[in-house]
Amino acid sequence: MTREKQVPMREQAPEDRIRNFDEVPRGYTEDEAVLEAERCLQCRNAPCVDGCPVGIDIPRFIEQVKARRFADAIATIKAANALPAVCGRVCPQENQCQGVCTLGIRFEPVAIGRLERFCADWEAEHEPCCPEVAADTGKRVAVIGAGPAGLTVAGELRRLGHEVTIFELLHVAGGVLMYGIPEFRLPKAIVGREIDALCQTGVKIKVNQVIGQAQTVDDLLESGFDAVFVGTGAGLPRFLGVPGENLNGVYSANEFLTRTNLMSAYRFPEYDTPIKVGRRVITVGGGNVAMDSSRTALRLGAETSMIVYRRSEEELPARAEEAHHAKEEGIDFRLLTNPIEFLGEDGRLVGVRCIRMELGTPDDSGRRRPVPVEGSEFEIDVDTAVIAVGNGPHPLVPQTTPGLDLTRWGNIVADPETGQTSKAGVFAGGDIVTGAATVIEAMGAGKRAAAAIDAHVTSA
Amino acid sequence: MHRILSKRTLAPGIREYVIEAPEVAASAKAGQFIVLRLHERGERIPLTMVNCDQETGGVTLVVQEVGKTTREMGDRFEVGDSVLDFAGPLGRPTEVENYGTVVCVGGGVGIAPLYPIVRALRKAGNTVVGIVGYRSRDLSFYDEEFREACDEFIVMTNDGSLGGKGFVSDPLREVLESGRSVGHVWAIGPAIMMKVCSELTREFGVPTTVSLNSVMIDGTGMCGGCRVEVGGVARFACVDGPEFDGHKVDFDLLMSRQGYYAEEEACSLDRYLAETSNSEKGAT
Repeated sequence: MTREKQVPMREQAPEDRIRNFDEVPRGYTEDEAVLEAERCLQCRNAPCVDGCPVGIDIPRFIEQVKARRFADAIATIKAANALPAVCGRVCPQENQCQGVCTLGIRFEPVAIGRLERFCADWEAEHEPCCPEVAADTGKRVAVIGAGPAGLTVAGELRRLGHEVTIFELLHVAGGVLMYGIPEFRLPKAIVGREIDALCQTGVKIKVNQVIGQAQTVDDLLESGFDAVFVGTGAGLPRFLGVPGENLNGVYSANEFLTRTNLMSAYRFPEYDTPIKVGRRVITVGGGNVAMDSSRTALRLGAETSMIVYRRSEEELPARAEEAHHAKEEGIDFRLLTNPIEFLGEDGRLVGVRCIRMELGTPDDSGRRRPVPVEGSEFEIDVDTAVIAVGNGPHPLVPQTTPGLDLTRWGNIVADPETGQTSKAGVFAGGDIVTGAATVIEAMGAGKRAAAAIDAHVTSA
Repeated sequence: MHRILSKRTLAPGIREYVIEAPEVAASAKAGQFIVLRLHERGERIPLTMVNCDQETGGVTLVVQEVGKTTREMGDRFEVGDSVLDFAGPLGRPTEVENYGTVVCVGGGVGIAPLYPIVRALRKAGNTVVGIVGYRSRDLSFYDEEFREACDEFIVMTNDGSLGGKGFVSDPLREVLESGRSVGHVWAIGPAIMMKVCSELTREFGVPTTVSLNSVMIDGTGMCGGCRVEVGGVARFACVDGPEFDGHKVDFDLLMSRQGYYAEEEACSLDRYLAETSNSEKGAT
């Protein structure tokens, strides 16, 4: 008799966790993992594998968990995914593997993400599974950007025996995993551990590398790299373009999260980078970054943390778990609301003027278009506003690489199956190509690009 | 890790460092900047480059000790020590052309980033009139360097202890009023100085470039903390600048944004000074 519900995962209580930056879900114990693994039907057609952007052999690893062969389970996962501890925590599984799980037709789907996380954490506490590296091929690949796409490309190509060097702009590798996703959702030590594991296979990472200035993509090709992968992400924050947005107290989500995560501003003055939150914080947007920002604001001491989103709950782009956690923590959701002006006194933000919205006919994205309700303006008092409405492509590489075709938004044009750009020997993937998406989609793009790069350098 | 190749005091609270960063030295151009971080707990601070020596791989920076990080660098980082992170070059280079006669105005520590621009403009065939200003004589530096790099050189101090008494805008006005054809003006220094100079050159219709030092985290286009309004449009000083058309910059907004963390900066500095004086007491 299959149990209808997933084995629940222990979590820090909301009233405790809003006072700290420790991780919220505690993970499964071995027994809990085995119990959950037993729910898997082991369907022969395995829709979950097709639902996984990197194609993990999910039924196999779950069967291994069920048999308590945890080391084998993590090896199965790592054969397809270099960052399982990360993906088990941040993938939107409900739209991917779990969304198509056969069990999910009648009951709750198998908690595949939690099991993946369990295996990765089990490995960290036990023997590390070091993937085999093929003999050196003598081929050299440069990877620009040490985010999810770049790390995946690097891991895959290194395993095939190619020499891989990652050039990272910031002072640490990890990209959005380090500067963007907060500690309480993805502990930085875990990201560090997965990156260390890559380095142990022989991937070289150079930080503080300004590709596009100090060296260009052409310089890299001329200096002997057989191929270049560009995975520089969606770095340039978008703003709303409404009056008052440059007042002190209005942050981009990138700045708010980078100060907190990358620069540890939550530990100021022990760490040198400060951040200001005040008592009342508003976050504009409805995605994961908005959830992260509003929950971060609470942990930095805000008394009230609100989310303002112009559509309704149904359209919230955030992962279900993130919105759920945010609600549990007391984030005040102001839906069908849009800011139209930031109000200041002496250069400092004191309030935001909003307008109510209603949903009209569907737009290009298939979602019903939000339309302002005339005469419904109102003001909210706030000390800090965080704008989390997305990011444009990081401009440095696109602007400095002649021969690279770009979209009208400045994203790099690349074949979705191979990552091949308009420039010979240059591949691209992740947010720099697609615009802001998810960690796992970037990793999927990285994986496909790695296969194409391997074919390219091997035939050359 | 980036080794400090030389360190010297130019004036009280103003130090010059040469830091080893061959890849930066080989590619940097006048007007660009770097971001450095001293240690694991440090902040990322943007600093404009003064000189790059391709042979030694040294990048010269001038640092005014205004806050915790810059004080700590002065107190605790000596020749042979290393700073943890050093990334660059960042930002767009100065648009160096032959404008005919140019006036380059520097105020305080802003004269350091002005120096490579002066040299690049001179090399491009411009007649360069240099105007630099300090609060007083004891804060002056790079006097010889400027004298050599400029065709004409004017020094001002607020108290008249060196050169003329007054502000850099006084001789700038004289040059503009003299009827000489001035093709372009650069003004680099405190925001208020750049504002005054830009207002002045606007009267005379002379194109003016300023270099903005707004608050930055990454310095690479990611945080937007450095945004300024230029011609009513938000621009990022790190990737769209740091140089902008001085006639279009909203300097009041710049000054307001520069001051946003004043409390935290003071807290950080006080804490550092208390810690330093305690450890000194402990040592004696």
